[in-house]
Amino acid sequence: MKAKTTPYLLVLPAWIWLAIFFVVPICGMLSVSLMTGNVLDGFTQTFHVANYAEAIDRYWRQILRSLAYGACATALCVAIGYPVAAWIAFRGGRHKTTYLLLLLLPFFVSQVLRTISWRFLLADDGVLLGPLKSIGLLPEDAHVLSTPLAVVTGLAYSHLPFMVLPIYAVLERVDHRVVEAARDLYATRAQAFLRVVLPMSLPGVFAGVLMVFVPTSADYVNASLLGGTGTTMIGNVIQSQYLVNNDYPMAAAITFVLMALLLAGIFGYARALGTERVMEVRA
Amino acid sequence: MATSTHEGPAPHPPTTAREGPAAIGLEGVVKTYRSGQETVAAVRGIDLAVHQGEFFSLLGPSGCGKTTTMRMIAGFEEPTSGTVRLAGRDVTGVPPDRRDVNMVFQSYALFPHMSVADNVAFGLRRKNVPKDEVRRRVGEALDLVELSGLHRRRPGRLSGGQQQRVALARALVNRPGALLLDEPLGALDLKLRQAMQIELKRIQREVGITFVYVTHDQSEALTMSDRIAVMNEGVVEQLGPPAQIYERPASRFVAGFIGTSNLLSGTVTTGVGEYARVEFDGIGHVLVRTDQTSGSAVDVTVRPEKVHIGADEPAPGMSRLRGTVGEVVYLGASTHYTVVLANGAEVVVFRQNSSDASNAAERGDQVWLSWRPDHSYALPR
Ligand SMILES: Nc1ncnc2c1ncn2[C@@H]1O[C@H](COP(=O)(O)OP(=O)(O)OP(=O)(O)O)[C@@H](O)[C@H]1O
Ligand SMILES: [Mg+2]
Repeated sequence: MKAKTTPYLLVLPAWIWLAIFFVVPICGMLSVSLMTGNVLDGFTQTFHVANYAEAIDRYWRQILRSLAYGACATALCVAIGYPVAAWIAFRGGRHKTTYLLLLLLPFFVSQVLRTISWRFLLADDGVLLGPLKSIGLLPEDAHVLSTPLAVVTGLAYSHLPFMVLPIYAVLERVDHRVVEAARDLYATRAQAFLRVVLPMSLPGVFAGVLMVFVPTSADYVNASLLGGTGTTMIGNVIQSQYLVNNDYPMAAAITFVLMALLLAGIFGYARALGTERVMEVRA
Repeated sequence: MATSTHEGPAPHPPTTAREGPAAIGLEGVVKTYRSGQETVAAVRGIDLAVHQGEFFSLLGPSGCGKTTTMRMIAGFEEPTSGTVRLAGRDVTGVPPDRRDVNMVFQSYALFPHMSVADNVAFGLRRKNVPKDEVRRRVGEALDLVELSGLHRRRPGRLSGGQQQRVALARALVNRPGALLLDEPLGALDLKLRQAMQIELKRIQREVGITFVYVTHDQSEALTMSDRIAVMNEGVVEQLGPPAQIYERPASRFVAGFIGTSNLLSGTVTTGVGEYARVEFDGIGHVLVRTDQTSGSAVDVTVRPEKVHIGADEPAPGMSRLRGTVGEVVYLGASTHYTVVLANGAEVVVFRQNSSDASNAAERGDQVWLSWRPDHSYALPR
């Protein structure tokens, strides 16, 4: 009897942790999202479901924009992160850990500072655009800051390691002899990669996409520091509803709409590309 | 999915007359690895020709360069110098996907994300074989290795022996000019290993494809091969059929590596016809067939089962030595004796325990050891 309960007792602290820091706040937020009132007179619980309708009605543009920016940033991360991960895994030799550390090095600096330094990089006469303009490659009035491009590249930059690390982890474990077997069975280098290495690394890509898409679509730092009025993301809306307008029920309702959308997306994605299926990708 | 009527891939006619070029030819092949400052000479110069349809083994101790040799044939490594030929064509510099040989890896190296059928079909699909033919040939190949019915399984859900068969089918299905097997049974337990040896031999006979088989297990090489190349430290020490390798080892290394051998140090004194007289320090002399000139130091080798042990004086014409029985180990079907000679050298004798085993020697007995002169050879020392 005792032996049977021991494992449960061992995970008990974890459950208590989850209950206090995840379930309780979520329930609290859920309750807030159904309240009415204002910050001066106080909020009362009225089970006002219409908060949700209003949230969607007023902010669907920002929600869609956030998902789109998240998707673009994720795609960019895959496009840049996969080759980086592959290079470190296959060509890194003895210095693999050094390269990984270099990749993570910028992230020892606070995200706000990092993003602000991007403002200098992308400024209209900054180190990037200035020279290009002076040699006439870009028109004088070209600008990147405050555009979706700035926000998306900023998002991609700040989440790149979350893509590289899981892809690296699977590529590192791909047995080189399997690649040799493919080459032996008349596959060219490109075919060996497409038919063997890529399918075997899909679980890593799958994990990386989740780890980048979810935080990027809920991000607000990049949009507020690199974006402009036309690039407001849902994270910025939540932040201003909460901290500026003090409309707590609205902020909570938007949060749940976003959460619901992301969860639905994740489940859909997992079903379409679940690990079972990922492993079954046909040659 | 699989056709139930199994005809098997078209077998080669049994080739005794070897027309045409060798399936595989190595000419002065050298491979040196550089790792930092030091260079490792993995293969120091190999010349050999593997005939069409032959079961050819590379046998040698760990680190003697077997895998390196195979990898140069398959195209994963390029020789530092020398030429590799496949069916007469110089393939030096040709990448593995354009060489008509297939490899069976020791670790199998199956594609974990594909079903058994997709694994086996991989090579055919790369060669753009029509769909119907792919399906038919995959079915045949899986029948051949007795895995029909497991088409849809993942390699991860197969036993070691089954994975081994998939790896074999995956290579065989392409009907390559030669199949390269690098210790394919190394990961299997003894019983399965012995079963697979018989199986491999059957499959090779059925398909008639040239097999090059790497092993460091001498009994495996002796039982399966048509010819064996015994390798040591990057060179081929001896190449020949199993019986010749076993009966007439060409070097001290081969004699010691294959089976148990007695080696007695002596000196060639005079020639007696095609035989030479080898003198042992203080214990007499024997006659041995050798091409060593008089005065040269040699090791006389004789297999333990060729030595007769007894109390009676041997018949005239037999090589003979006298000694004292040391250890006697009874093994059921046979008994192993260790006999100590007057100069301290030891001779091991295997004796079958047949029904007429009346006068078995015992520990401490003075005995005569004898053998036919043509059962012993003198190796240069
Ligand atoms: N890539 C490499 N770099 C440096 N040295 C190597 C390399 N591959 C093999 N060697 C060396 O070459 C020699 C022959 O190696 P090889 O793998 O051919 O031996 P083997 O006969 O297959 O041995 P085993 O029976 O243990 O598999 C060894 O001394 C080995 O250390
Ligand atoms: Mg080896």
